[in-house]
Amino acid sequence: MAQKQKQNTPHFVTIKGTKEGLILHLDDKCSFDQLLSELEAKLIRTPADDTTSETQKLSVNVKVGKRYLSDNQKDILRKLVYQKKHLLVDEIDSEVITKEKADELLRETEITSVSRIIRSGQVLKVQGDLLLIGDVNPGGCVMATGNIFVMGALKGMAHAGHSGRKDAVVTASLMNPTMVRIADKYVQVDKDNPTIDIIGECAFFDEGSMSVKFDRIHILHQIRPSLNRL
Amino acid sequence: MGEAIVITSGKGGVGKTTTSANIGTSLALLGKRVCMIDTDIGLRNLDVVMGLENRIIYDLVDVAHGRCKLHQALIKDKRFECLYLLPAAQTKDKHDVEPEQMKKIVQELKQDYDYVIIDCPAGIEQGYKNAVAGADKSIVVTNPETSSVRDADRIIGLLEQEDIEPPKLIVNRVKAHMMENGDSLDVDEIVSILAIELIGVVVDDENVIRASNRGEPIALNPDTKASIAYRNIARRILGESVPLMSLQQDKGLLKKMKSFFGMR
Ligand SMILES: Nc1ncnc2c1ncn2[C@@H]1O[C@H](COP(=O)(O)OP(=O)(O)O)[C@@H](O)[C@H]1O
Ligand SMILES: [Mg+2]
Repeated sequence: MAQKQKQNTPHFVTIKGTKEGLILHLDDKCSFDQLLSELEAKLIRTPADDTTSETQKLSVNVKVGKRYLSDNQKDILRKLVYQKKHLLVDEIDSEVITKEKADELLRETEITSVSRIIRSGQVLKVQGDLLLIGDVNPGGCVMATGNIFVMGALKGMAHAGHSGRKDAVVTASLMNPTMVRIADKYVQVDKDNPTIDIIGECAFFDEGSMSVKFDRIHILHQIRPSLNRL
Repeated sequence: MGEAIVITSGKGGVGKTTTSANIGTSLALLGKRVCMIDTDIGLRNLDVVMGLENRIIYDLVDVAHGRCKLHQALIKDKRFECLYLLPAAQTKDKHDVEPEQMKKIVQELKQDYDYVIIDCPAGIEQGYKNAVAGADKSIVVTNPETSSVRDADRIIGLLEQEDIEPPKLIVNRVKAHMMENGDSLDVDEIVSILAIELIGVVVDDENVIRASNRGEPIALNPDTKASIAYRNIARRILGESVPLMSLQQDKGLLKKMKSFFGMR
């Protein structure tokens, strides 16, 4: 193997031009240092590279196969590709993730069920979806990175998609909240504000009006088909 | 070995002290040995409502700091041989007592008394923590007002984190005509929000204030609805099943009261 490498030029690095743009394939069996040294050798800077202006810069996608790259290694890679060829790395695409990340993704799709009343002053926060078997009282608050399903009465505040998922929804058997938030959007329900009227049992972010809306629960299967996991 | 019941509410002025005095008195009327503790340090008034303020020599803080023996600080009631009060200190700070010290005092009292009734100060800080520290059970007092119910809910949430039985509810200062007109929350609504067991409903009655001012808890005078309500609460504490509003003559309300009874 070592001999073979000496004879032929190693080919841990290949560049391909595709319809989607430039793709840099990096072998996933050699060491990271080997990759770097081959990149050094292969990406030869031509005078043309230096004359390309900022706006003309090409971007490249890097595919690393089954290699896991730390953030630090990704940085090194980006810098090297840019230094050598003035190519901007768009995306570093790996087929593997850490266990931690996998657990996180799993939690994101999990439903946590909780059976109690969320009382005034209490905050219940979960990762993924929340199934609350109980009420949220005035002054109480439930938060989830995913959807929130309240089997009882929602009389306090609910914040779905609290780390940014705009497609998250809130449902409640009895929808009578003080506030509903979806990602960074919110709707305050105020007895003196007749413009918001709560109809139905669900709340979602409406792209059209860029606001949180209430509606009957049966419309969810049209607007959020991903809720079906059958 | 007796049991310790803390009377709490979150909000001030809803009737904790009045309730403590009247439950204490009613339990004594039923022949139980009772000791009441006022934990509202700096704002004591259970002694006033009981008409015992002139007899205070030592107080709770003195006991906690070992400046006197527990029995030296206890004041015997004017009317009952079996009713005592451990008064709060007036001039000191609530931080002068620690939950651990309270636990010890309550534990000691439970050896000698059937019931230890702990009158809790308003708020959710040190004073509340002291009051709850030694309790086995709790009663939450609320008025039929949104703000009071909100605070009761907050307190119930905190009590649920303690190692004590689920709290029971007293709705105090109920005005029948306001409930009927929808001008105040009705008892059904309150129970449905707070979702704990209702142990009594006490009407708003000037006689309660009059009696407190005289230093004679209303429970001593059986002619009023409020008095009967407190006595019934005491009987329910003893485990008797007393219908909730047999004393309500009001027709409309009677119907409603029957439905609470159905809920229990
Ligand atoms: N059922 C009632 N009817 C009329 N007045 C009441 C009743 N209960 C309490 N009060 C009055 O309300 C005021 C506050 O009561 P208090 O027991 O001192 O409250 P807290 O101890 O919760 O601060 C007092 O003046 C008391 O006499
Ligand atoms: Mg008081």
